[in-house]
Amino acid sequence: MPAQAADKRIHNFDEVALGYTPELAAAEAERCLHCKNAPCMKGCPVGVHIPDFIERIKRGDMEGAISVIKSDNNLPAICGRVCPQENQCEKYCVRIGKLGGAVAIGNLERFAADWAMNNSVENRTVSEKNGMKVAVIGSGPASLSCAGDLARAGADVTVYEALHKAGGVLVYGIPQFRLPKELVQKEIDSVVSLGVKIVTDVVVGKTLFIDELLEENDAVFIGSGAGLPSFLKIKGENLGGVYSANEYLTRLNLMKAYKSDSVTPVLRGKKVVVVGAGNVAMDSARTARRLGAEVHLVYRRSREEMPARAEEIEHAEEEGIIFDLLVNPIEILGDNSVSGMRCVKMELGEPDASGRRRPHEIEGSEFDIECDEVIVALGTTPNPIIKNSMPELATTPKGTIIADEYGRTNIKGLYAGGDAMTGAATVILAMGAGKRSAQAIIEDYKKSR
Amino acid sequence: MKNFEIVAKRQLAENVHEYEIYAPLVVKHCLAGQFIILRTDDEGERVPFTICDYSRENGTVRILVQEIGYTTVKLSQMNVGDALADFVGPLGNPTDLKEFKRVCLVGGGIGSAVIYPQAKQLHSEGKSVDVIVGARNKSLLMYTDEFERTCDNLYLITDDGSNGNKGFVTDMLKRLSEGGKSYDCVFAVGPLPMMRAVCNLTKELGIKTVVSMNSLMVDGTGMCGCCRLTVDGEIKYACIDGPEFDGHSVDFDEAILRSRTYREQEQAHLCNLRGR
Repeated sequence: MPAQAADKRIHNFDEVALGYTPELAAAEAERCLHCKNAPCMKGCPVGVHIPDFIERIKRGDMEGAISVIKSDNNLPAICGRVCPQENQCEKYCVRIGKLGGAVAIGNLERFAADWAMNNSVENRTVSEKNGMKVAVIGSGPASLSCAGDLARAGADVTVYEALHKAGGVLVYGIPQFRLPKELVQKEIDSVVSLGVKIVTDVVVGKTLFIDELLEENDAVFIGSGAGLPSFLKIKGENLGGVYSANEYLTRLNLMKAYKSDSVTPVLRGKKVVVVGAGNVAMDSARTARRLGAEVHLVYRRSREEMPARAEEIEHAEEEGIIFDLLVNPIEILGDNSVSGMRCVKMELGEPDASGRRRPHEIEGSEFDIECDEVIVALGTTPNPIIKNSMPELATTPKGTIIADEYGRTNIKGLYAGGDAMTGAATVILAMGAGKRSAQAIIEDYKKSR
Repeated sequence: MKNFEIVAKRQLAENVHEYEIYAPLVVKHCLAGQFIILRTDDEGERVPFTICDYSRENGTVRILVQEIGYTTVKLSQMNVGDALADFVGPLGNPTDLKEFKRVCLVGGGIGSAVIYPQAKQLHSEGKSVDVIVGARNKSLLMYTDEFERTCDNLYLITDDGSNGNKGFVTDMLKRLSEGGKSYDCVFAVGPLPMMRAVCNLTKELGIKTVVSMNSLMVDGTGMCGCCRLTVDGEIKYACIDGPEFDGHSVDFDEAILRSRTYREQEQAHLCNLRGR
């Protein structure tokens, strides 16, 4: 995949991956062997008919390709960019290893989706209105996917979004240079073109309540995500220069604080330490780098255990982010502002519950990293507003909503999916959950008539 | 009427305006103590303001705004008929003073307007309500008519003595307490140093105190942690757990430090807006 050179891209927020040319796409599509049993498909959380769409790209039938993709995937331009294909479809490709590596299914999906967007092709059909009325809470990938499928089936769907812009993590979480917001808006517009209504500035659990929505609708889907940040709980964490990754990325991605004329402020530290090693930590580190900082990524385990996508880690390294591995923060230093971070060196022992080797502190190995800003990217859990406003909704101690594989909660007519149910995960898993819930909502509605 | 339209605008003092905004969804369930977050335009910053009054009949919410930064100055340049880009709420938890019977509401500066919903509510419940309002000078004493109508006793005090009474709200509270007044709760809202001073006094006097924290915010719904503060040694979010907290448990020094995070950047913006 052609990409901007590292020394150039750290000075801009433009997309890093440049996309296939038609020649590159044709060449990659040629590599697909069209395996009869399509092992790649079983890796796709939304069941895209992969060999089929690749075949059409081969034949130059771009409209056909996007039609195949969009019958299962409502947001292909997004998925083509952010899905961890290496753990999903591409993982099962027979070409992996000896046959030159997996077919770049994600890049091809992106190629087709971008083509459709640039040529304004929308060929999904919408059934006649069937009288079903559904309210969807949140406007991230789970909700957009659910709403899109419901609208196509003929339902009257309204999506309620707490922020002033729809998209959820797609707008506030994933940076511009990985997922351009103009593109996210176009994908959202295409969902709206199916007949979905999106109402922003409505916080369900504060502005409106689920009880009201259940009264006025045949079903309600909760796709409110997992937006509550986790902190280190160490001394100094409340100094002004310490951000949760959510706050940092929201200021930069949603509020566009990277722009010189932005009204939303953000600290532009000279030396930034990011704590964590997931995709969000990479996003935070690469964003801080683009604001001109020397960036250190501090992680208590080693390279092998880093949960971020290999591609993100590589891009981060190319961009000059310094990885301080097997290091754990114990205190953030500073009086009125951050002046440094006290850390301790770690070593790995036996695996813990997550299957990863448990890190132990090496006694006497404390040292300080000089810095003026800290970004904590340790993960998130579901926002408590909804569960606080509806005590009868069954949730786990972590705050995730309890639901079956189709998203049915303990309350009739109420469904949940995505991060609100699983805890923080991926865009595509959320979309898969949204699809399954849409299916269940339609079936349950038919049964109840 | 357009959603988020400015229905009325009233100047209450130099650099202080009251706005009545049409926002029927916000008003549907809102209660005293809650706040909203607004953006003046599509490039605007998200800024929180406490709800000073509301009318479910008219579908409107009133906020009081002091012009001190980019957004508030931009807002002051908008007029009746203009619509805000965004106006979301009601956020935070409503005030809960149910267990108290003799309350003293203390407001400092703009804070005085935001204790009006509590005065209204307590008064309607037949409770004993005294109100202390303090300001730098008499032109900044807000909502005095509204308070006259909803409290048993109104005490006004100014830093410079221009209203005939010189001192801080803490001086007034001390005076009343020494004079035999007994309250089972003090509810204080105002700048952080003022709330800290009130809490230090009421701790000595042994009166339970509730404060409303005006932390910096971005989303206001619990997803970023910007509004975090330490209460009794634990991290709490003003938008999810507050904005009201037990004043004696709040780490005010830390809160004051956090509130200064963008001071430099804000000064620069203001200069641009005012054309300096």
